[in-house]
Amino acid sequence: MMTQIVFYVFAAVLVLSATMVVCARNPVHSVLFLILAFFNAAGLFLIAGAEFLAMTLVIVYVGAVAVLFLFVVMMLDVNFARMREGVQRYAPIGGMVGGVLLVELIMAFTHWRVASNIDQIGHLVPSSPTRTNTAALGDVLYTHYIFLFQSCALVLLVAMIGAIVLTLRDRPTGRRQNIDRQHDRTAADSLEMLQVPLGVGVAAQGGFLRPHTSYDVAAVPGTYGTQAWREQETEEETQTALVVIAPATGTKGQDNA
Amino acid sequence: MADFFFHTMPGQLVLIVLETLAVLVPLLLGVAYLTLAERKVMAAMQLRKGPNVNGPFGVLQAFADAIKMLTKETVIPSGANRMLFLFAPFLTFSLAMVAWAVIPTGNGLAIANINVGVLYLLAISSLGVYGILIAGWASNSKYAFLGGLRSAAQMVSYEVSIGLVIVSVLLAVGSLNLNDIVLAQRNVWFCLPMFPMFIVFFISALAETNRAPFDLPEGESELVAGFFVEYSALAFGLFFLGEYANMFLMSGMVSILFLGGWLPPLGIAPFTWIPGPLWLIAKILFCLFVFIWVRATFPRYRYDQLMRLGWKVFLPFSLAWMVLSAGFLMVTGLLPGGAG
Repeated sequence: MMTQIVFYVFAAVLVLSATMVVCARNPVHSVLFLILAFFNAAGLFLIAGAEFLAMTLVIVYVGAVAVLFLFVVMMLDVNFARMREGVQRYAPIGGMVGGVLLVELIMAFTHWRVASNIDQIGHLVPSSPTRTNTAALGDVLYTHYIFLFQSCALVLLVAMIGAIVLTLRDRPTGRRQNIDRQHDRTAADSLEMLQVPLGVGVAAQGGFLRPHTSYDVAAVPGTYGTQAWREQETEEETQTALVVIAPATGTKGQDNA
Repeated sequence: MADFFFHTMPGQLVLIVLETLAVLVPLLLGVAYLTLAERKVMAAMQLRKGPNVNGPFGVLQAFADAIKMLTKETVIPSGANRMLFLFAPFLTFSLAMVAWAVIPTGNGLAIANINVGVLYLLAISSLGVYGILIAGWASNSKYAFLGGLRSAAQMVSYEVSIGLVIVSVLLAVGSLNLNDIVLAQRNVWFCLPMFPMFIVFFISALAETNRAPFDLPEGESELVAGFFVEYSALAFGLFFLGEYANMFLMSGMVSILFLGGWLPPLGIAPFTWIPGPLWLIAKILFCLFVFIWVRATFPRYRYDQLMRLGWKVFLPFSLAWMVLSAGFLMVTGLLPGGAG
């Protein structure tokens, strides 16, 4: 009795929230309703005694997949007015797809035949009370269905590698971090006292001040500074503009070259 | 009396309510005093006094803060999504509470001693990100939103290594039941044979609770206060309570998975006199102290360093350890039977 009431509550909320996923105007609300639907599906699994599946559903779909959905949907720049314009244009096509699916579902259900040996196939819940759900699932997955199970894992691995290959960009001018080099860097490598002549500014050096040694190794030649400065630089071999204070001598400065 | 509680429907309901109160009231009191403890401990580490005005040693400071929080005005920013804006703190708070249903405080002493306890904890902790993400989005503010996005990426990343560490522990236990996990540590706590995983889990717990040095979602210096910058009064208080309750929960998970839960360090006389729940509380408090200690010691990570640590260091390391420990258990024949 109690179980039935709980079942109908879960089922009703599940169907309602699934409907709201499609009907909600705000896509973020849609994703949140989708999460509610996942939750209720997990509740239904719990009622059926499939506790492992229920928890896995929450961990995988709610904890990982839906977070990424929400992540993407929140960052989308959605124009609600334009979305509503589209409704009338796409309604016939959408209705047709829905109609085809409905007819297919009706056909499938009217011709549903149950295998004759259904009784011999294991049930959702393990029959023995000492064997937990998780162990029972493992018994089946890692014995009879090991190859299918491993193939699933391989398909997922291929998908993962594919996603990485598609998004990995290795542009030659891209700025990459080399963590080891960052750690090895000392003050002597990266600091140099420079002095710019008063009233001249740094425009002559390409708009920024940087020690000589650093841009020779860090940046790709020809990508920094202004065009005019680069030309001047190649002619004069980087000797005039930057002046170093020599700490020991205490003189005003000497040529860097 | 016992008959009423164990064999009638209303009696069982009353029993469940009483059990829940027995867990939540100490938890909330603990949260209130954790805020005080954090300020006191950090003050001591920085040679300050900390709160010392309200009551002796400032013990009433926690209540003063709570009353201040409750009497402030709730401000809802214009353009915010009202319902989701108010829903987010309640979600964060209630998630931090419901997870305690499965934490065993003694042998079989849990509100719900379920077979998939670890998965339940993993599921609940993976939901924590929604409170933050929804709060960030519903506030209609760019700082809050950036904080929410950072937090989502951070929590998803560290959940992966937490999951793998838990799998390594489960391999040695052979059951998903939290009670069995503690009982499997009767001879030796898992923090000794799995010391590297203990450290990885603890650091991931810091990241999962958005604590220093991984408190980038809050990042005062660049995001003002991150995802809850627009919150005030009770809603802010709920976030605050939820975060600190999450610290308790993560400390509880560390204690149960690696520090032997309610078990005493040695099963001999002077240690066994102290009841199990007190041992668990002591271990949780120790972990919380380390949380605070870390906060007072380490500077905040840069965001790319945080991601690098999660994906390029912890993930391969915990994966390799999982394979290694599975192989070790298999070869030595220590792999627990599939009875669980």
